[in-house]
Amino acid sequence: MFIYSALRSCWLTFLHLFHRTETVQYPEQKPYLAPRYRGRIVLTRDPDGAERCVSCHLCAAVCPCDCIDLQKTAEPDQWIPEYFRINFSRCIFCGFCEEACPTSAIQLIPDFEMSEFSRQNLVYEKENLLIAGTGKVPDYNFYRVAGVRGTGANAQPVDPRGLLP
Amino acid sequence: MMLLGTIAQAVVILLGIVLLSALLTWVERRLLGFWQDRLGPNRVGWQGTLQIVADMIKIFFKQDWTPPFSDRVIFIAAPVIVMGTVLLGFAVIPFAPAIGIAPDLNIGLLFFLGCTSLSVYGVVLAGWASNSKFSLLGGMRAAAQMISYEVFMGLALIGVVMLTGSFDLTRIVTAQKHLWFVVPQFLGFVLFIIAGIAEAHRLPFDLPEGENELGAGFHTEYSSMKFGMFFVGEYAGIILISAITVILYFGGWGGPLLPPFVWFALKTGAFIVFFILLRAALPRPRYDQLMSYGWKLMLPVSIVNLAVTGAVMLTGV
Repeated sequence: MFIYSALRSCWLTFLHLFHRTETVQYPEQKPYLAPRYRGRIVLTRDPDGAERCVSCHLCAAVCPCDCIDLQKTAEPDQWIPEYFRINFSRCIFCGFCEEACPTSAIQLIPDFEMSEFSRQNLVYEKENLLIAGTGKVPDYNFYRVAGVRGTGANAQPVDPRGLLP
Repeated sequence: MMLLGTIAQAVVILLGIVLLSALLTWVERRLLGFWQDRLGPNRVGWQGTLQIVADMIKIFFKQDWTPPFSDRVIFIAAPVIVMGTVLLGFAVIPFAPAIGIAPDLNIGLLFFLGCTSLSVYGVVLAGWASNSKFSLLGGMRAAAQMISYEVFMGLALIGVVMLTGSFDLTRIVTAQKHLWFVVPQFLGFVLFIIAGIAEAHRLPFDLPEGENELGAGFHTEYSSMKFGMFFVGEYAGIILISAITVILYFGGWGGPLLPPFVWFALKTGAFIVFFILLRAALPRPRYDQLMSYGWKLMLPVSIVNLAVTGAVMLTGV
């Protein structure tokens, strides 16, 4: 009985020679990454080109592995961060920071190719994180709807108790 | 001049065998890859053909560590014994008419059996000299396995010897001009190939190594080229068993159209691939199962095979 089963499994294994291989030849053949893939973290800008981040620290607070560190600038009435640092050797790419961000500034993008030879090089500073565009949220501008700046296009602040959009 | 020619031939054959064994490490990984729907090593050189060069460079530059708790002399001698005896076994292989180191030796088959039996000493001594529990268990398994499989390996071969009336491998090949011995000696062939797998301690009978319970078995403590010699010795053993199987049961170099050596290489290659296929397909039996198959099933069957062959020859069919 076991001879039959041994021969049968030999034959079935041999047939695998003619099956398609599952291997993805990685550096030449890139895998498909879904648009919502949680990879490298970036800081985006609003449609006007200004930094979205208002240094509210919610991302740093929600981060389960404490890999985000930032500091609000000392300039009065300026809410952009003075420095913004993500230690990617700690980051677990959970995406909580993206969920917590009130201004859609911090976003995870479909890119995982960030290997380094030195661990220290995995600490990304603000200039490494900041990108020129708006990322996944193309037309959202926090200041236009929050009404913090009482100038120009934003003269009428949003009524927070209004139900209409 | 004659002597020089023989020596040159021997050197070429032995070097060829060693290089082929090294190449087999790549062939095996490639084939295992395909059989598991992977690609295997295909990066170094065209389709990974230079992988063995990379592996050799790596293994030569590894730390060659002799454990301080080991029995130094035996520890160093063991891989030499394994590789040496396997290479000695090739001395009697007739690769083609009049090609081989001593293909016409009148005790060729006995010499082959002797060499494969000696190689177990290398394994047992490696297990003993390493002075570690895993190695010792591996070595003990090797000894028990070799003894029990050696017995019916010899008995399975006797059928061929009876039909030929000679231990001379060249004569055995020429006796198969009209009919391969696999037909009248099919049972003997099956028994021999099972014993051969156990003899080369290949999967599914690689219990001396048994990496999931013994680390790496008898060569747990070996590193660098001393391990490399066990490794190459194992693959040379595969080639040896495949070659002997072809010679005894599949007509050796005989075949139409193609030159004799090509036939021999093709048949041997097919058996090497079969050995690798076994590794890809079959799980390892438990140790007591291995022993009970050997003594309670294979040995009686081989004796029956012997008796039937003798009876048929006596009645003169």
